[in-house]
Amino acid sequence: MTYLAKPKLHHPTLAKNQIGYTRRDYEGAISTLCAGCGHDSISAAIVQACWELDIEPHRVAKLSGIGCSSKTPTYFLGNSHGFNSVHGRMPSVVTGANLANRELIYLGVSGDGDSASIGIGQFAHCMRRGVNMLYIVENNGVYGLTKGQFSATADKGSKSKRGVTNTDEPVDMIGLALMLGATFVARSFSGDKKQLVPLIRAAIEHRGAAFIDVISPCVAFNNHPGSTKSYEFVRQHNEAVNRLDFIEGRSEITADYAPGEIVEVTQHDGSVLRLRKLAPDYDPTNRVKVMNYLQERAAEGEVVTGLLYIKPDSADLHQYLNTVDTPLNQLAERDLCPGSVMLERINAALR
Amino acid sequence: MKPVEAINDFVVKFANVNGSGSASANELFARSILRMGVPVSPRNIFPSNIQGLPTWYEVRVNERGYQGRRGGVDLMVAMNPQTWDKDVKEIEAGGYLFYDNSKALPKSKFRDDVNLIGMPLTEICNATYNDPRQRQLFKNIIYVGALSALLDIDAGEIERLFSEQYKGKEALLQSNIKALRLGREYATEHFSCPIGIRVQRANAVGNRIFVDGNSAAGLGALYGGATVCAWYPITPSSSLAEAFSRHCQKYRVDPATGKQRYAIIQAEDELASIGMAIGAGWNGARAFTATSGPGISLMQEFIGLAYFAEIPVVLIDVQRGGPSTGMPTRTQQSDLLSCAYASHGDTKHVMLFPEDPTECFELTAQALDLADRLQTPVFVMTDLDIGMNTRLCDPFQWDDTRAYDRGKVMSYDELEAGKEFGRYLDVDGDGIPYRTLPGTHPERGAYFTRGTSKDRYARYSETGPDYIDNMQRLARKFETAKSLVPKPLLTPAAKPARFGAIYYGSTSPAMQEALDVLSERGIHVNALRVRGFPFPDEIADFVATHPWVFVIEQNRDAQLKTLLVNEARVNPARLIPILHYDGTPITARFIVDQISQHAGARTVVPIRKAVS
Repeated sequence: MTYLAKPKLHHPTLAKNQIGYTRRDYEGAISTLCAGCGHDSISAAIVQACWELDIEPHRVAKLSGIGCSSKTPTYFLGNSHGFNSVHGRMPSVVTGANLANRELIYLGVSGDGDSASIGIGQFAHCMRRGVNMLYIVENNGVYGLTKGQFSATADKGSKSKRGVTNTDEPVDMIGLALMLGATFVARSFSGDKKQLVPLIRAAIEHRGAAFIDVISPCVAFNNHPGSTKSYEFVRQHNEAVNRLDFIEGRSEITADYAPGEIVEVTQHDGSVLRLRKLAPDYDPTNRVKVMNYLQERAAEGEVVTGLLYIKPDSADLHQYLNTVDTPLNQLAERDLCPGSVMLERINAALR
Repeated sequence: MKPVEAINDFVVKFANVNGSGSASANELFARSILRMGVPVSPRNIFPSNIQGLPTWYEVRVNERGYQGRRGGVDLMVAMNPQTWDKDVKEIEAGGYLFYDNSKALPKSKFRDDVNLIGMPLTEICNATYNDPRQRQLFKNIIYVGALSALLDIDAGEIERLFSEQYKGKEALLQSNIKALRLGREYATEHFSCPIGIRVQRANAVGNRIFVDGNSAAGLGALYGGATVCAWYPITPSSSLAEAFSRHCQKYRVDPATGKQRYAIIQAEDELASIGMAIGAGWNGARAFTATSGPGISLMQEFIGLAYFAEIPVVLIDVQRGGPSTGMPTRTQQSDLLSCAYASHGDTKHVMLFPEDPTECFELTAQALDLADRLQTPVFVMTDLDIGMNTRLCDPFQWDDTRAYDRGKVMSYDELEAGKEFGRYLDVDGDGIPYRTLPGTHPERGAYFTRGTSKDRYARYSETGPDYIDNMQRLARKFETAKSLVPKPLLTPAAKPARFGAIYYGSTSPAMQEALDVLSERGIHVNALRVRGFPFPDEIADFVATHPWVFVIEQNRDAQLKTLLVNEARVNPARLIPILHYDGTPITARFIVDQISQHAGARTVVPIRKAVS
């Protein structure tokens, strides 16, 4: 039995959000991943972010491909429709789903095998098109479900659990997303919930293709010395460029900040992202500088995290296609069918 | 030598060079005959190339309305030196060869039994035009002008076609008319016009329309309510998605806001195009993709997902010659098996077989209903011959009272009222469960869609009984599909017949003609045109009532026959395959020859009659 329902009994003192739901209302079935898996922390962060954002669970559609990471949508948002599609092809399915109903929130969950190997093409084109979605890659550098083969994000020179050294160059998902036109690009670490939850919140509210690469150690196959995706390695090499503190309205700055420590980014809907800078002179709205910075830090062996890039006046596929505001799946005969009189005119033109 | 004499019943073939602008001139030729009330069926025979390789345009003129390819050529318009020898060889004895004699050709290049009509086209063009591009383009119009005199085509009809085409472009109109008259006058002066084959005004076109199958299918998708189209360019299906796009720009833009009531994505490959269509179908929009054989191969994994996860989606397969890249610009009906059983595991899919553009329109619209009703992929199996050739066919029809069948979708109200929802629960006994669309209800009706096995409530399950329960329900659903797909159509023989014939799709026009010819020869055949799979029971009944049934197909391996044996459980010993698969459209001559041979071998002649 691989499906376990969670008991529905809630503690009466559990805090409710503005629409009356507790955090538990955003949970899913019990995870069947390994104890200590980074992916479970990401699921918890998604639950937390959706609860904090007062999202009605049924307004989210969660889609995934195949692999450990792609199993996780079962473990959060149990009242949302989910779609576990085929390996590496979640992006196309989300694209179609999004075209059908522009009003829902689309959450795509994938892994490094799913998105950097078999699905790299679909990942790339989904970013290019600006599908309005949050695309999370739970990146552990290894194939978990098939027991420990290297994935395409495994760093060159890193060692597998069996002692094999990886000789291939890694696919840099962040670099790809930036190059391909994603308008929100972030990296985080499953072990840093404080950083991850606000990033997920901001990404959900972002219009356009939002990509978060979350380093998520695999406790079973990639958490040993010699791995560059282990808890220990990431903790030692994590270099956060900023902290996302506020993501709503123009609220007062209440925390104590040194002058020049804050970056504010106004988004398409007027909301403001407030970023506390950790790296001096880091400007997350300058794509070229961001790309340079990331390359430099990567050469030093650092794993740069935080909100790496954001395009303030972002747009999405529906804007590019100029589709009607009403979701396409709600259009009826009168909106879609030109009728028999028009057809007779079409016939006449074909004689 | 007796020259071919025929009124309103002949074949003209144009041999041209790809990219020389001949296509529009040739189509003009065909349309002018149509305007004289005489049916024509033109066919493009073209290479996988944009410029430089040989291309042909074959026009069959036939007042009786036979639109299949006839075979043989009565008048060859030989404009391509590259293919000269082959083209000359193809002419029927007593036929005509129209050619450019600006440069003298040795006698050995001609045939004694063919009438020669040499015209110095290049010379005339060079004398009249300075611009090389004009010389080329107007050469085509000049030969149309000459042909109009030779074949007694009313030049007024051609000029009317020009004025429709170049409305508001006076300069273009006048220069085309000038070229046309130039050719016509030369022919009138130098040849005895008309020649033995000619067009005579008739009233045999009626209210039929002249359109290609891909445009028609695109229009069917528009009328059928498709809002999402994802595709990847591949011959011969590209013009289908492009036609849909054109129709949408015309008829699906909100007049108030200028915004689109549709979304079309040219995807990065066929995997993505079917993925998008499935995502949209899952989310309640009518979605389709158009492709050809290689695309179907690439989509296999996704098709299995849509079958098993029960997602409505329409695939229009404009078939071409396979396997592999095969003959990308030639026609075949060779994807039946790969579509019927597409994907791994036990899968079966619904297929519809349009015979012409009219049915491309109707069956594409119907496929969208069927996909929603059955919550499964539905294939429209058209082909290059129907898709990329302009065909005279019945006008499109639409009943304004027709509502889209959105199938079993549980609403907010039903969920709110407490109606039981099990995504894979067979509540009606027809194998079709209810589905919900994402975003319907805050607390009820959400479920997880997956390609893995599950129980009736969409919960992951690998237990044998759950798996079998689900697979048997899917089989029940396929059984239900039998009663929903279009029924086969019977053309009974004029006299009691021992032979039956089963055919489908683009074989139809050749078959209709073949049946008439066979009947004149005393071979009576009851013919059944299959229009849908799974096969309605009428098909097995038809086979059971005939000792021998010809199954006419355009593939090597008798794919429909295989399906008939596998799925309709008919007796294979009764089935005689008639197979045409050289990439050209099947002809009535081929069918008649094949059936005559088989029929001869299977007809017992009473001894008394044989000796008398």
